[in-house]
Amino acid sequence: MHETTAFSERVKVSPEIVDRFGDLHPPFEGQAAIGEANRCLFCFDAPCAGACPTHIDVPRFIKKIASGNLAGSAKTILEANILGASCSRACPVEVLCEGACVLHRYNKQPIEIGRLQRFAMDAFHASGAALPFEPGVDTGLCVALIGAGPASLACAAELRRKGIRAAIYDARPLPGGLNTYGIAEYKLPLVESLREIDMLAQLGVEFRFETVVDAAMLTELEAENDAVFLGIGLGTIHRLGLDGEGLLGMTNALDFIAGYKAGEITTVAARVAVIGAGNTAIDAAIAAVRLGASEVHMVYRRGPEQMSAFQFEYEHARHEGVKFLWHVQPVGIVGESSLEALKLQGRDGEFVLPVDSVVLAIGQGTHSEFAGASVQMERGRVVIDKATGQTANPKFFAGGDCTNGGREVVDAVADGKRAGLGIAAWLEVAHG
Amino acid sequence: MVKPTLETTFCGIKCLNPFWLASAPPANCGEQVMRAFDAGWGGAVWKTIGEPITNVSSRYSSIDWAGQRMMGFNNIELISDRPIEVNLKEIAEAKKRYPKHVIIASLMVESKRETWHDIVKRAEDAGADGLELNFGCPHGMSERGMGSAVGQVPEYCEQITGWVKEVARTPVIVKLTPNISDIRMPARAAKRAGADALSAINTINSITGIDLDTLEPNPNVDGKSSHGGYCGPAVKPIALNMVQQVMSDPQAALPMSGIGGVGGWRDAAEFILLGASSVQVCTAVMHYGYRIVEDMSDGLLEWMKSKGYGTIDEFRGLSLPNVREWKNLNLNYRVVAQIHADKCIGCQLCYTACWDGAHQCIHLDRAEGGMDAPVLGTDPRYVVHEPNPHGKATPAMVEVASARAISTTPIPKLDTGGAGSNSSVTPLHRIPRVDVDECVGCNLCSLVCPVEECITMEKIDTGLRPETWAERTAVAAVNPNL
Repeated sequence: MHETTAFSERVKVSPEIVDRFGDLHPPFEGQAAIGEANRCLFCFDAPCAGACPTHIDVPRFIKKIASGNLAGSAKTILEANILGASCSRACPVEVLCEGACVLHRYNKQPIEIGRLQRFAMDAFHASGAALPFEPGVDTGLCVALIGAGPASLACAAELRRKGIRAAIYDARPLPGGLNTYGIAEYKLPLVESLREIDMLAQLGVEFRFETVVDAAMLTELEAENDAVFLGIGLGTIHRLGLDGEGLLGMTNALDFIAGYKAGEITTVAARVAVIGAGNTAIDAAIAAVRLGASEVHMVYRRGPEQMSAFQFEYEHARHEGVKFLWHVQPVGIVGESSLEALKLQGRDGEFVLPVDSVVLAIGQGTHSEFAGASVQMERGRVVIDKATGQTANPKFFAGGDCTNGGREVVDAVADGKRAGLGIAAWLEVAHG
Repeated sequence: MVKPTLETTFCGIKCLNPFWLASAPPANCGEQVMRAFDAGWGGAVWKTIGEPITNVSSRYSSIDWAGQRMMGFNNIELISDRPIEVNLKEIAEAKKRYPKHVIIASLMVESKRETWHDIVKRAEDAGADGLELNFGCPHGMSERGMGSAVGQVPEYCEQITGWVKEVARTPVIVKLTPNISDIRMPARAAKRAGADALSAINTINSITGIDLDTLEPNPNVDGKSSHGGYCGPAVKPIALNMVQQVMSDPQAALPMSGIGGVGGWRDAAEFILLGASSVQVCTAVMHYGYRIVEDMSDGLLEWMKSKGYGTIDEFRGLSLPNVREWKNLNLNYRVVAQIHADKCIGCQLCYTACWDGAHQCIHLDRAEGGMDAPVLGTDPRYVVHEPNPHGKATPAMVEVASARAISTTPIPKLDTGGAGSNSSVTPLHRIPRVDVDECVGCNLCSLVCPVEECITMEKIDTGLRPETWAERTAVAAVNPNL
């Protein structure tokens, strides 16, 4: 354990990455935030709060911005969502809180909830204040959480508030999972994710990094702990199943995004093709543009109407200059030692797209083999009771991408929160 | 159709329009007043002339509301700090260059007959079209026995007005202070003494706020403050009431120059409908400059055209008969709220307002068929004195249900829609329903609703003939058994 060094101080921020990945949604200036906050109608049982998976009381925190109670505003956010700062930047607010804003039906301009939330959280972090929660009185109970992503972090925070020990295991050297390594840097910089997780250390959450939990260790943890939470996310990105996938220049979106966020990748080749058309594919394509590619193609086997990326992500990619090849499927990889081109099958026959790099973003696999022995799975997903996160094996709880098939940070936080409360309630019955 | 005109007269003084600068900083000197006339103001009441004073710094403070600046404004500035002869010379000059524009000299001197005689003569010699006696200034000057110290004592008011009338050749306007329990008393005193007109209201005693860092009030003068005079949009309702009280009192009513929160043509129209012949403006000019008079004129003319009024006099005072004592209102008139679902955006402010601030008669049961089978027959005004007689969901129950709901981010093409996915149509369960039987017709829901015409108050035929409280108690007095 690095007892003294904060997570956010263990990484070196690359000035070049900072420069190339400036804020997509710049923060509010003080007076602009108050003006925007005053525009909020203060709905009763507000739809924005209902649309938020973590049910942040949005009008309440917004009115606290308007009243000048910024500490109270951040407290309101953190009460519902321990990763309130990350979510304020990473959430697809267009289909969540802001999408639900009643002002769509009034003057068509929804409240900029995401930016207001960031304003409150930035002010909170700038104030240097501690988390507004205390760990509960120690119960002597302990829970192992597998994976240090948002689901486990949220779960651990709830457990600590109830006086339950929480130890998080992760294969990586730093916490946060995809919140740290997988969100486009212009939305949520890696260091900001770590800064927020640093706050959790105050609650006494323990971390065991660079620890790969295998089936045998899972059995051990089950025996040593009062409950186990699986926040293991999804597996590696699928491969195309073509010859030449090992060629230099072939990569996948998660490695690519994590690489540039960690400062290990600072440039890309001139011609990049991204295979897939989900939100991660878009992130990878835009990153390629920002890192200096002169030509970025997205290759998708179906049409725009089937694309799983959000509409606003698609618009953003087009705005950044990404080109789209619809109804096209890779059928071959051309190259000797390094990649030269992709052979593509389109509606009008086969053609060759010269590329220097290919980024695969065609969905992630699952951890069925690892988790399947302990809990019930369905189509690769861990089956849970949604309200409590409990699996068919009562000692196991789960949440996040491994249960929902891959959604947003905020969904994982909501899952983790419900599971934390679920574990505490279950343990209270069992040990009460 | 006759083209309407804003030209009017104020107790004999011809005016290009009824819009005057009030006696205040915007009418401090000739240079300002002449620029105001160029911008379209019909008249100006000069910043009060008297023995020059020394002002403090700072002098103004204000109340902001929901991001809007200067909803209410406060000052601790005294009367003119310029020599009397300079003010009079500039009045003469301005009057010479703008003969058709009205200049009223506002006056305040110590309470001596000769001193008042002297200042009246000098102001009229300078060419003032009329005089306004400042019996209203609530701060500073009142500590020296002037301003509101006079206006608050009807006898003083009557005496000084009388002195002025002994020598005045032009109309005398008495400016009233609102810092008194019944504004009709000084108004009657002024009328008894022969005043030609009144103006109301002057500013209201106020402390606008305390700095929560320093614990010092505003406006800050070396860490201290003093109560000031409150004005601006916030005071208009108080001013309208006081103007109505004076204008409805035969012993007090005189030509009236309405003052208090006038910033646009609508405000002006309201003062005129309650009997004012001109309006005076200060705060709005201090906020936005003289240019605001353009829309005051244009807007009022357009409104007059749409209503068919050719002159100010044609609608002056028309709303006075509609203001009555409460006992003369019809107890058998009934309105109930109607929520127009097609306009509802689902904010549910009406719901929370009705439950917490009114009579618990708005419900969130449309999705459960609340509109199809409303329970009737429990009008609480006459039968039931019990809140929520049908056991509908309380706000707390609604919130608990929402807190339990599990929402997830919708994935395009996979999910048919999350809560945030179809924002163009208000979901049925978010549109509140009014229990028309329980509704007492208080207006609150229609006032909090942010959408125009979404909640309307609809007249319900009670089948009862009109009856006032006065009538009902008169009948009861005759026949105690009723």
